[in-house]
Amino acid sequence: MDRSRVIELLDRWIAEAAPDEGHRWVQEKQEEIAGGAPNRVFYTSFSAVPRYTGKADLDLSAADREAAEEARAGWRPGDWSVDQAGRSRLVLSLPSEDRDAYLSTLDRVFTHADMNESVALYQTLPVLPYPKAHRARAAEGLRTNITAVFNAVALHNPYPAEQFDDGAWNQMVLKAVFVGSPLYAIQGIDRRANAELARMLVDYAHERWAADRSVTPELWRPVGPFAEGAMLDDLERVITAGTPAEQQAAALALAQSPTDRAATILDAHPELRDAVQRGALTWGRLAREAMDAADHAVENAA
Amino acid sequence: MSENATPRDERTMYIDPHVHMVSRTTDDYEAMRDAGVVAVIEPAFWLGQPRTNIGAFQHYFNMLVGWERFRAAQFGIRHYCTIGLNAKEANNEPLAEEVMDLLPLYAAKEGVVAIGEIGYDDMTDAEERFFHEQLDLAKELDMLVLVHTPHRNKKEGTSRSMDLCEEHNLDPTRVIIDHNNEETVEEVLDRGFWAAFTIYPETKMGNERMVEIVREYGTERIFVDSAADWGVSDPLGVPKTAQLMLERGLPKEAARTVCYDNPLAAYGQSGQIAEEDWLNPPAIDQRQVYSGNSVLRGGRDPVVEDPADRRKDSIIIE
Ligand SMILES: [Zn+2]
Repeated sequence: MDRSRVIELLDRWIAEAAPDEGHRWVQEKQEEIAGGAPNRVFYTSFSAVPRYTGKADLDLSAADREAAEEARAGWRPGDWSVDQAGRSRLVLSLPSEDRDAYLSTLDRVFTHADMNESVALYQTLPVLPYPKAHRARAAEGLRTNITAVFNAVALHNPYPAEQFDDGAWNQMVLKAVFVGSPLYAIQGIDRRANAELARMLVDYAHERWAADRSVTPELWRPVGPFAEGAMLDDLERVITAGTPAEQQAAALALAQSPTDRAATILDAHPELRDAVQRGALTWGRLAREAMDAADHAVENAA
Repeated sequence: MSENATPRDERTMYIDPHVHMVSRTTDDYEAMRDAGVVAVIEPAFWLGQPRTNIGAFQHYFNMLVGWERFRAAQFGIRHYCTIGLNAKEANNEPLAEEVMDLLPLYAAKEGVVAIGEIGYDDMTDAEERFFHEQLDLAKELDMLVLVHTPHRNKKEGTSRSMDLCEEHNLDPTRVIIDHNNEETVEEVLDRGFWAAFTIYPETKMGNERMVEIVREYGTERIFVDSAADWGVSDPLGVPKTAQLMLERGLPKEAARTVCYDNPLAAYGQSGQIAEEDWLNPPAIDQRQVYSGNSVLRGGRDPVVEDPADRRKDSIIIE
């Protein structure tokens, strides 16, 4: 990671999205903090950022998003607001040479953070020094029941896939399904799939079915590569009797299963099979269509 | 509606700029909303008994910037707060020092409109010390100040509070002096501070006296609050006072100024409270959960709509 490039980009985006005096204020504060000002300066400024920058969207261009990706793989500030960028910037100005002092200051600001501050802090995880040192804190962020905070850790964030062990990873994915957060927005969702997670997700689907409720079609995404035995029975049932979106998801999952039986089941649905093979049906497209449908449902209800 | 019932005028909006909602029930929130209260400010204060460790302050401040704000929103009321160390608890100096260390983590959070309520209780040295230190903090953070004036020795305590603010070069238009009465109002207004009046049964002001104060001093830099808390108090203090002003022949604009415009103008200087917050509010949705909790329990329908006028209290508070 090129942290100085990350900082440079943040500075430019804050200058573009904040009023002049807000931008100047952030610069002043980051210089004070970097220069070793007492911790209270960091704490008060970190809280006060939106008072000075406002809360406009950064609204990054495609080129800016690419620059972010180049500076730090997986870093996605594209949808941040300017106060989130400002808070990130101040966290990145904390002197970090003294590891213990640095981590204890960070810990204190995490412990006392309100909802918006927590979101900004968890979004900053992938660009912080000492990445391994924040694992317990990130896992703590997943235990929240405030969806915005959970999403700041789990979605559009490369940190979990890089740092979590399978136990924490699996809990995160299962909770994302449970709270209705989209799995396609979890970085590394395919790379970190594992047999235990597949089992947990299928168990969860069975619980929901027993209560006569449905599950998100995306649930089958991490299941596919590990689908075998009774899981294939489930997928066969879904591809035969599910909603169109569920059938598509089952087709995608079956196509990822290494078993011969999965191929046989899929062969009974040649249109879906061909759509997967042509690349016309992908997990990304399926997720986008599901989101659009949900938006329409909200509009129609309103 | 009986003759004395709380009026329901859809066009009338009130702000209660001093009320301790952590001590109040959901019935109170419903009654306040029905009476036209659109926003409340909850000053950090003590809880009726002194706290004995710093964690208690931490949880309290967290509640003010988190859970209570959410709870109010469930009833369509916007909730703001002030953060500070109150005078009573300033007297436990070792703990007060820890609180001073905690304040920078809360003072500038979103929705915090002032440092407060701070000031004197018994006018001890410790109270004076932390009053000074918190005025420094307000100055450092360019924040407003809410001053609690003492129940005993009120006139002297009020003068001395304003002296301190002036010593710290605070602009009086950025300081709210609260719990005024007939004895203090003139000096507070003359010195250019905001004068808030607490309509609190028995111990502070009755609202009939309040009507006479507005008649005598006008409406400039004067506003009204309920300071309702865990004691016998009335969360409808503001709307009832507005109604009484009308019944006693004061013009409608006067009621609106002291029960809505002035607190908004005073605390609006913080940049943390604005009319759009409630004129363009997010829809009330009691199904939202915060930290796994909903205000609703036991499967009650998640809708707040016109509970019948259940309050038939007199509008006079004495
Ligand atoms: Zn109070």
